[in-house]
Amino acid sequence: MKPAPFELVRPRSLDEALEALASSPDAKVLAGGQSLVPLLSMRLASPALLVDINGIGPLAYVRSDDDGVRVGALARHTDVLGDDEAARVQPLLRKALRLVAHATIRNRGTTVGSVVHADASAEMPAVLALTEGHVTAASVDGRRRIPAGELFVGPMESSLRPDEVAVEAFFPALPAGAGTAVEEVARRHGDYALCGVAAVVRPGEGARVSYFSVCDVPVAVDVSEQLAGGPTDAAVADAAELALTRLDPPADIHASADYRRHLVRVLTARALRSAWDEAHEEGR
Amino acid sequence: MTTRMLGEKVQRVEDDRLLRGQGRYVDDLAQGALEVAVLRSPHAHARIVEIDVDPVLDVDGVVAVWTYDDLTGPMAEPLPLLIPHPALTHGRTQHALAKDEVNHVGEAIAFVVAEDRYVAEDAVSRIRVTYEPLPAVVGVEAARSAEHLVHEDVPGNVAARLEQATGDADAAIAAAPHRLSLDLEVERSASTPLEGRGTVARWDPDAGRLTVWSSTQTSTGVRAAVATKLGLDLGQVDVITPDVGGGFGVKIVHPWPEEVLVPMAAMALGRPVKFTEDRREHFVSSAHERGQLQHVDVGFDDEGRLLGMSVQLWHDHGAYIPYGLIVPIITSTQALGPYKPEAYKVVFESLYTNTVIVTPYRGAGRPQGVFLMERTMDAIAAYLGRDRAEVRAANFIQPDEFPYDQRMTFQDGRPLVYDSGDYPQLLDKLKALVGWDDFESVRQEARREGRRVGIGLACYVEGTGVGPYEGAHINVETTGKVKVAIGLTSQGQGHRTAFAQIVADELGVPFEDVEVTSGDTRRMGYAVGTFASRAAVMSGSAVALAARQVKAKALRIAADALEAAEEDLEIVDGHVQVRGAPASRLALGTVAVLSNPLRYAFDEASKLATQFTVGNPDKPPVEEDDEPGLEGRDFYSPERSTFAAGMHAVVVETDPDTAEVKILRYAVVHDCGTLVNPMIVEGQIHGGVAQGVGGALYERMAYDESGQLLNASFMDFLMPYVTEVPERIEVDHLETPSPLNPLGIKGAGEAGVIPSAALFASAIEDAEGIPIRRMPISPSELYDLRRKAAENAGSVENAGSVESARSEPVETKESR
Repeated sequence: MKPAPFELVRPRSLDEALEALASSPDAKVLAGGQSLVPLLSMRLASPALLVDINGIGPLAYVRSDDDGVRVGALARHTDVLGDDEAARVQPLLRKALRLVAHATIRNRGTTVGSVVHADASAEMPAVLALTEGHVTAASVDGRRRIPAGELFVGPMESSLRPDEVAVEAFFPALPAGAGTAVEEVARRHGDYALCGVAAVVRPGEGARVSYFSVCDVPVAVDVSEQLAGGPTDAAVADAAELALTRLDPPADIHASADYRRHLVRVLTARALRSAWDEAHEEGR
Repeated sequence: MTTRMLGEKVQRVEDDRLLRGQGRYVDDLAQGALEVAVLRSPHAHARIVEIDVDPVLDVDGVVAVWTYDDLTGPMAEPLPLLIPHPALTHGRTQHALAKDEVNHVGEAIAFVVAEDRYVAEDAVSRIRVTYEPLPAVVGVEAARSAEHLVHEDVPGNVAARLEQATGDADAAIAAAPHRLSLDLEVERSASTPLEGRGTVARWDPDAGRLTVWSSTQTSTGVRAAVATKLGLDLGQVDVITPDVGGGFGVKIVHPWPEEVLVPMAAMALGRPVKFTEDRREHFVSSAHERGQLQHVDVGFDDEGRLLGMSVQLWHDHGAYIPYGLIVPIITSTQALGPYKPEAYKVVFESLYTNTVIVTPYRGAGRPQGVFLMERTMDAIAAYLGRDRAEVRAANFIQPDEFPYDQRMTFQDGRPLVYDSGDYPQLLDKLKALVGWDDFESVRQEARREGRRVGIGLACYVEGTGVGPYEGAHINVETTGKVKVAIGLTSQGQGHRTAFAQIVADELGVPFEDVEVTSGDTRRMGYAVGTFASRAAVMSGSAVALAARQVKAKALRIAADALEAAEEDLEIVDGHVQVRGAPASRLALGTVAVLSNPLRYAFDEASKLATQFTVGNPDKPPVEEDDEPGLEGRDFYSPERSTFAAGMHAVVVETDPDTAEVKILRYAVVHDCGTLVNPMIVEGQIHGGVAQGVGGALYERMAYDESGQLLNASFMDFLMPYVTEVPERIEVDHLETPSPLNPLGIKGAGEAGVIPSAALFASAIEDAEGIPIRRMPISPSELYDLRRKAAENAGSVENAGSVESARSEPVETKESR
């Protein structure tokens, strides 16, 4: 479990990093390395060039305002998790990040890295999809904004180009009067979930849920219609059935597809009720 | 007066160093040594048509590469079948490097030595092997069907069939008032120590000596194997175990291919060579355990007493069988636990499959035996509508029945005779500890809150401290420091602490003055190894005996010096003194000086020991039948094993919706005879329980039908985190000393893990009202069981509801 040979550059500025990426067709960005380094060690990935952006200090930020939370490429999960202002502006961040792996991994892993790694079993891509946020990508050609709906194109595949660095993820602020929830069942604490659901409910206005580990890419579903009359048994069941038409829960060594479908129903109900209740408590 | 150390919760002397990261493991040694990578089979079963290593030779930094064709002499022979048995009629072992055929994914094919591991792995990826894939035999059912064979010359894939019986079980079952049959299954797991396998070797051409450091549970075993394979005299080979990062059984297997290939390469290349196994390699090229199918037929009376019990086992031992039949023999015999069926018959078949070999993993077949017996007890209780504890109690061997002969032959070839114990008292303690008799109110209370809880219990007896022997050498230096050497190895148990406690007591020296070395063949050449919960029993006893020798000699020498009678002397705090008259005391260091008459003085202390000052001028300086030095060396060799016992109870909550299992309480009562250090024993129990939780609820080896291991990483092999194991383990001890050894010790190392599968099955079954016949169990599987139970009950809709799920276990019932 030792990586194949690769070149390593450690740029001191974003421009240097972008030039390095532009110089090689087979380059990879190294930030927290929590996914990339194991892939390298198992020789499942063997890029010719690694561009280590950890020296680019200005990318390590978490900024919140009324619009939402901006997370820089070098902000560690821990930084985002611990940021009270971010938790106030978009509570889903803290609720989801608590479930991301373990403290030691969160201390190193980056939230932006997790998003663009585009693992549909991970919490943060599902949060970006649910909140309809976006990622800002930079290359030597300039910057572009990739909406969540266009970012996740396949299993572990994002629309980020090989010469681009995802410099920022933007999570829109939670609208007033809304409640949120993240529910998941994982085999062990901190594992990738067998099924996960994130929900935003704004009573009387709308409701959305997004899913992880039961689909190839993060799937967000508008269940406003189903929730119009509140989270009754029938309403949450209908919401789950609607979601299931868009999901494809896999069978693997940890769980059957049947069980995951069952969890979609159970966790959709839990998440919608919990978000609904929170919205009402906030409203008081 | 020196405080008695035996039985005290003495802080482990190992921990300061280990917790500060100052441990020295194999991979920390010989920095700059050449490093090894191994080409391993990607196929579960294939013929090797051709191996082309030419592309490797161009890789910069590659020093050498070996395949089977390069091996000569004993190295070209199969690795040893370590433990032969008359019933093992078709034993097959692997070659150090595959010859013509591979029989599991991960089997070693080529051995590359390079300047570092990175280069070695680059080189391995360039070796071209042409395979002719063969059908893979995966799982017990495939092995039994024998549609395909693992080894062409082993019919039916059966390595061994062994039957043991006492009484006429079939007749007893047929005549019994009640009968049940159960089909059971336990899946594979593995030891998965933090540190994998590893070996470093250095050949000294000037001295003609080979030094091997290996992460092993038996340095003497490795030494003998290396000497044999490389054609060296035993006296030319030293094997040293540095710090070992856990073993749990897997490191008792020896020699591993790499364990002989590394020394071979070091000799051939004249440079130190190192192999450090990585995690992926550990999953596919070390060893697993536990996989068995079981069938039980049992006949019993109205009280649940076992009148006749007949057990069939199909044991999956993987591609080869180097460790013989130890695991299925232990399952067969230790299934009896604390019970005394009137007639018992057990027959097992040990079967080849195209998977990683199976060798003892902590518990070593007992978890499966306890599973089958305790599942049977619960099934009987459910059938009779009796309390599960009561049915067990009805079958207990009573305290006045020891020694109790189970009339079977144990893993060491000796009669299965229990030495001592008090099972009724253990059960009483457990019931009190966990509140067994009050649990119905807990259940009702939970039910009112919409929660579903269950309680389980499981009992076991563990034969510990198997022979043949262990030894100890103790040397008192002239400084008064006491140096203890045991040949048995340590992999984190706290031997240095526990054995120092024994020596401090036996010899009357301060604990701090005792230093214990283990697993170094230079210090103790005769030893067996660390397995079967035997270290405290075997080495502990040997240490006590050796210390008594030292004490006797010290008293004899001091009696002369102090002009007192030996019987009037005692050793207190490292000094020999006339009992009750500490003024005239003599330091043990001084006694050591007196014990060794010198011709040459090299410091102030030794001036006192020259031939002009020591001894009686009318006698030889060293008397006949005596020898210089204040030393003692002794061996302990018991006639048979000593039997520890324990009982666990667990309270679980099962989520009615998600089928997740949460542990609410975990209670242990444990009897390992005399406790040397209760803190170490409890640590062993805690670790065992954690490992047991893993085996019961999380871990399995997920092979697909082509023999690929799908979860060969800690991402997918679910070893429990601290968040998954009980926050608190309630422990109570009982001490029924063993009459078989000087201190009354029984083993404790494996105990914690033994009852887990049975225990959690019992508790989950109690919570759910669904028979649990297969472990481990995941939430997904429990969900499936609920659905099937609901379908059987004819109400699919209510699968999730608390009330409907509590139904009677479905059994093959027969009554007359």
